[in-house]
Amino acid sequence: MSTLTSPSAEAAPTGIRALAKRVTPQLDTLPTAAAVVIFVGMIVYGEAAYGRIVQFNTLSNLLINNAHLVILAVGLTFVIVTGGIDLSVGAVIAISSVAGVMLINAGWNPWLAMLLMVLIGTAFGTVSGILIQYFHVQPFIATLAMMFLGRGLASMLSTEPERVPDDSPLRSLGEQLKIYDGPKVNDIVLTPGVLIAAAVVAAAFFMLHRTRTGRTVYAIGGSEQSAALMGLPVAKTKMSVYIISGSLAGLAAVVYTARLGSAQNITGIGWELDAIAATVIGGTLLTGGAGFVLGSVVGALVLGLMNVLITRDGGIPPEATTIITGGILLVFVLLQRAVLARRRE
Amino acid sequence: MPESLPIVEMVGISISFPGVKALDDVGFRLFPGEVHSLMGENGAGKSTLIKALTGVYKIDEGEIRIAGEPRRLGGTADAQSAGISTVYQEVNLCSNLTIGENVMLGHEIKGAAGINWRATHRAARETLEKLGLGHLDPKQSLATLPLAVQQLVAISRSMVAKSKVLILDEPTSSLDANEVEQLFTVIRRLRDQGVAILFVSHFLDQVYAISDRLTVLRNGRFEGEYRTEELDRARLIATMIGKDIATLKSLDAKASRRVRSDEPPLYSAKGIGRKGAISEVDIDLHRGEVVGLAGLLGSGRTELARLIYGADRPDSGEVTLDGEKAEITTPAKALARHIALSSENRRDEGIIRDLSVRENLVLAVQARRGWARPLPRREQDALVEKYIAALGVRPADPERPIRLLSGGNQQKVLLGRWLATEPELLILDEPTRGIDVGAKAEIQEYVAALADDGLAVVFISSELEEVVRQSDRIIVLKDRRKIAEIEGGHGVSADSIVTIIAEDALGDERADAVVREEVTS
Repeated sequence: MSTLTSPSAEAAPTGIRALAKRVTPQLDTLPTAAAVVIFVGMIVYGEAAYGRIVQFNTLSNLLINNAHLVILAVGLTFVIVTGGIDLSVGAVIAISSVAGVMLINAGWNPWLAMLLMVLIGTAFGTVSGILIQYFHVQPFIATLAMMFLGRGLASMLSTEPERVPDDSPLRSLGEQLKIYDGPKVNDIVLTPGVLIAAAVVAAAFFMLHRTRTGRTVYAIGGSEQSAALMGLPVAKTKMSVYIISGSLAGLAAVVYTARLGSAQNITGIGWELDAIAATVIGGTLLTGGAGFVLGSVVGALVLGLMNVLITRDGGIPPEATTIITGGILLVFVLLQRAVLARRRE
Repeated sequence: MPESLPIVEMVGISISFPGVKALDDVGFRLFPGEVHSLMGENGAGKSTLIKALTGVYKIDEGEIRIAGEPRRLGGTADAQSAGISTVYQEVNLCSNLTIGENVMLGHEIKGAAGINWRATHRAARETLEKLGLGHLDPKQSLATLPLAVQQLVAISRSMVAKSKVLILDEPTSSLDANEVEQLFTVIRRLRDQGVAILFVSHFLDQVYAISDRLTVLRNGRFEGEYRTEELDRARLIATMIGKDIATLKSLDAKASRRVRSDEPPLYSAKGIGRKGAISEVDIDLHRGEVVGLAGLLGSGRTELARLIYGADRPDSGEVTLDGEKAEITTPAKALARHIALSSENRRDEGIIRDLSVRENLVLAVQARRGWARPLPRREQDALVEKYIAALGVRPADPERPIRLLSGGNQQKVLLGRWLATEPELLILDEPTRGIDVGAKAEIQEYVAALADDGLAVVFISSELEEVVRQSDRIIVLKDRRKIAEIEGGHGVSADSIVTIIAEDALGDERADAVVREEVTS
């Protein structure tokens, strides 16, 4: 009946297909693996060239100083895996930290103020999500608008650095806890901020890889239309990723302010781009559908370590930092393009 | 089968869109363990009925009963929870995920620590095995599978959702014969497991091969429900287009009223072809004649049209226009020689969505004049007025953005765009695809009138019946070559073209067999 077209030869699995079968699952992890390789390479190079890199205190400081960036990068991983973007996180940090510190200084319960700092981020994320999902505004534009809004509100609150009282519980989140007392100052030191970041990473990993919501995030990144036709809760999930990204930006504001001890309206300018860079370096495709939260952590640490190495070198002008960041980013984006091209075959 | 209770019962369904009654008091029944084909011409209301059943469209009147219970369906997720799954023409899966995940998405098996991937992959494998796809590795990426197998994965997905109703909307349009057979094996297996299957295809052979019953729609109305064996093809087609067989014959006769003149052809090509697109073809096109290109999807219809128009450069053969040698290697050269092509892809290669009807209509004329010589507004208005009236574009508002028009009216504007260039040869690739019946009839009549006025027309449609009705002469293509050229008129029907194609396929098989024998001996 159905021999209208001439029957083609039986499709037997050929050598090439068998090979593709073996290579493809690893193509997804290739950029992340590359990020790990680069991170290790940077450590080895730094140790050889400058010394005192593979030391407890250096690595501890790397974590302490980049805890907020790790949290931001985790939030952006959610958004970028769906194929979206969130440009508002840097400005959310500004408004959230300035508002929080001012409330503490005005006599609010510090814990309540900290909760409010997170909720400010939640509110920004919710508005972004509504604009994107229900008003069909491009994620780039919607979160850009929220970025200007956040920055503007922070500047309206104050243009002066707002200091946190030293005895405030907020500061205690930035307090250094000595875990292991090494010789001289070579100690393993952590802050509650680092622990918060670690908890965020673990929760995000669980959510993305072990829950249906997480898998829906990946499905939306693969094809939003298909996800909808499969009956997955697309609207709810897209809202969730922006709410998660906003809330984590609020949390990052708490962690950062706790470490620094003050808040200012110009805090966090360009951090959204650092966080995007960390995510991309960690192997998340900007087109969505592929990426790992642990990769984003490595990406954030690559950026942090680069700053350490530049400081240690002393010969590289600080202005060159952004050029080097750009260079690393370019390498990773080119790598991703190669992966995508392979996948399309 | 009909002794048991229907799993789906749609009663008195009506759905209206602005200006069109898409479904008018339509009834439909689907029983467990049957394959039921929904038949009708384009625009008959098949897809509207499916979308009503999958919760995409709200019904204005009527009732949908699932397993006897009245249900209101508010969306895909709603329909799925009612046990209705749909597999579409295009594969709707996520190619960034593994096969197993695509099968199980939304139904992953949960353990103490979130999703238990081992159990999930095992469940995916079991589901795939049930459909004879046990050889697939659930951990492999979906993107590594050929399209046809992805289609089967999409079907196994609906089995995970424990669907009692499976809707297959044109699932075979991009599959080859082996793949169709593979799909049918899966469909029969599901049917035997008691799943009710609603099948839509425009390939009559496939419909007869797989269906137990047929429901025919026409113009948004219910025409009848039949057992497949009690309705032969001729009567099915007659029911679909709403004419009894005798009238059909007279319509065929009327269609061939134009007599080919003895004058030399307007366009004549000897052995034009292009590697990978279409093998060498001879073709003559006369003034005042409609030549149909018939063939299945992928048979080379569009490729031949593009070659004639110069959208693709032929790499062999020569072309004469009115007896003079001509080089038609680019669309600009074709336009200069009064050849025009209206593309099959109305959305991407045809209309420019945000421009107005007027701007869309004058586009080709303007292109021929060159951008340095803009068409004066008064001439534009005159042209637009003329074609809006002649083609009956509704609404007759030249300044309305074309995206707000219905598909049929967009097509009329496109027709007007090419007519405005005053072509002598007009190639229409699928001018009636996806437009409602009324607009379709108007376009068909207009095309006939154009030929009467002395235009040479090439008419392409995937609906063989339409090609037969419209054409004075039919060129039959298969596997990117011309296999026959027949005069329209008495004795020519969609069936006879299908027979020609099928016989040619049989010939291929025989030839293959001979080759095989020679190889083995």
